[in-house]
Amino acid sequence: MAQPKRKNNQLGYKRTEAIIGWVMMAPALLLLLLFLLYPFFTGFYFSFTNQRLISPNPTEFVGMRNFNRLLTMQFFTLEPERDETTGEVLRDEDGNISYPRLRNFTRDNPDYPQLDGLREFMSWQQGENRLVLLASDPVFIKSLLNIFYFVMIVAPLQGGLALVLAMMVNQKLQGINVFRMIYFMPVVISIVVVSILWQFIYDGQNGLLNSVLSALTFGNFEPVDWLGNPNTAMNSIIAMSIWQAVGFHMVIWLSGLQTIPFVLYEAAEVNGANAWQKFRFVTWPGLRSTAVLVLILITIQAFGLFAQIDVMTRGGPLDSTQTPVFQAVIRGFEQQDIADGSAISVVLFVMVLTISLIQRYLTREK
Amino acid sequence: MSQAREVTQTQKNLMIFTRYLLLILVASIFILPLIFMIMSSFKPDLQLLRDSSSIRAILPVGDLSFDNYASAFERVPIMRFIGNSLFVTATTVILSIVVNSMAAFSLAIIEWRGKGIILSVIIATLIIPADVIVIPMLMLVNQLPWIGASGIEFGWLNTYHVQIIPFIVDPLSIFLFYTYFKDLPTELVEAARIDGASIFQIFYRVIMPISGPVLATVAILKFLPMWNAYLWPLMVVQREELRPVMVGLQYFFQLDTLWGEIMAYLTIITVPVLLFYLSLQRAFIESIASTGIKG
Repeated sequence: MAQPKRKNNQLGYKRTEAIIGWVMMAPALLLLLLFLLYPFFTGFYFSFTNQRLISPNPTEFVGMRNFNRLLTMQFFTLEPERDETTGEVLRDEDGNISYPRLRNFTRDNPDYPQLDGLREFMSWQQGENRLVLLASDPVFIKSLLNIFYFVMIVAPLQGGLALVLAMMVNQKLQGINVFRMIYFMPVVISIVVVSILWQFIYDGQNGLLNSVLSALTFGNFEPVDWLGNPNTAMNSIIAMSIWQAVGFHMVIWLSGLQTIPFVLYEAAEVNGANAWQKFRFVTWPGLRSTAVLVLILITIQAFGLFAQIDVMTRGGPLDSTQTPVFQAVIRGFEQQDIADGSAISVVLFVMVLTISLIQRYLTREK
Repeated sequence: MSQAREVTQTQKNLMIFTRYLLLILVASIFILPLIFMIMSSFKPDLQLLRDSSSIRAILPVGDLSFDNYASAFERVPIMRFIGNSLFVTATTVILSIVVNSMAAFSLAIIEWRGKGIILSVIIATLIIPADVIVIPMLMLVNQLPWIGASGIEFGWLNTYHVQIIPFIVDPLSIFLFYTYFKDLPTELVEAARIDGASIFQIFYRVIMPISGPVLATVAILKFLPMWNAYLWPLMVVQREELRPVMVGLQYFFQLDTLWGEIMAYLTIITVPVLLFYLSLQRAFIESIASTGIKG
């Protein structure tokens, strides 16, 4: 008789536990649904509507319109203007070929409905003709190109430098902890603070960088307005971003390095391996999974480039530092166009996801 | 290979010297901008600009004073901003530890139906970058109800709780707690059960007291982004008396840029974090390293 009773008790006990389990899970689950999953999915929903932050009109479903507006691109060939009688190409006083104005084709021209509302993004000379790449949203396309450039440079460079630093602070030297601590220090500082500080370093007149370069070249260096020049602005932001974040990934590499058994190095030494061979055949194979993690972390962080832009350049000069997150904030928050901002976020998420999956696939364990 | 063993003492010393030299050179790249910030905060604007073109930029030379600090305090309600940031950060860190550790304990120790699905949802949300949901989140908090002094109000903009509640739950924290609890010996829980402890008592009397390392990790990982919060408070808090420290920086970029005051303000909001980091250095570095489990 005792047996079933105990079983009953145990069942009751299990049930109470399960209820407590749910109760302990509930707050986190509720917050997770409300502040992570709900915004994530409504972001997708908003991107197919004309939602605004505050609007007297009801929200309407607009299909792919937001995405078309962001991503439409088209080539168009401009033919030179010709003399109506002779058919000769017309030139201006400087001898440049004169073309009809682009807006004749892109503004309410019934013969070219597919070009309506597009603007010039780039153009090339092709013999007498001019090949124009039109985009419905040149600023957004520029921001995509910029962020790809940023990621392509930052991911390998920051990952590689972080590995070099990790190996430097993994040496068995006295006081090595002090260096570990210093290299990591910028990570704890706000990127906003770092950006303001580096604005001073990059200043075109009194900037520290110009002074250092001028001293190193005995005054032969022409000062550069690092953030004010479209050719140097993005690279300057890249250098600063690496300076701030490299310690973070150094630490992740370091924990990977410390999992490699020391006997492997001893064995390599016995077999006469030099430093490079030790790295190539012992260190690197042991870091495979760490490498995937570091690359994915850097890529995801890099795609979110925002604070540096907001503080230092606001997308300029000449849109050379525009980024998708900066554009999403400008449109979603400053212009209160939630739909447009959400559509940019969706494009960004699809890109981050794709690239993470590709990286994971390329670096998979064979 | 025998060559390596035949190196003389001088060669050995030279090699160690080179290693330290390299380490110090790299260290100076990381540390000099911060020294520049602190030194500049004590200099008048004219001298600051003149000094920045020479080695004097990082030296405590010339006309040093606390004037920049005094005028920065006059320009901006610094104590108010620091208080706001402290309040928001501390509340979020504490609530985050409570909510996420409870959830992780439930997932790791207690048996209940459906937890497999919930665990995989939590792991899936790890890949959602925060930047992607910020715009729809703005829409959400603009509509959420709150019980205020005058009954139910809608819209969370310009409040403390809009800076706190959305950031309490954190998939990474749950995941870190979960793996830590899973690695604890099961006998701990079984023994407490036999002693007649309820499951909730097991949580806060048995498990939490031995979870120091993971508590420190989660606290640090939450502390940094909360103290450094910028984009979110910029969007949701327009009222001065609720603003955190990073948003306060905007006050210095109106009309004329007063670099000395800016450097003073940067120093005020950065040095506490640096001191905190220096005193808990090992825990900080380990907490970052532990995010490596994520892969």
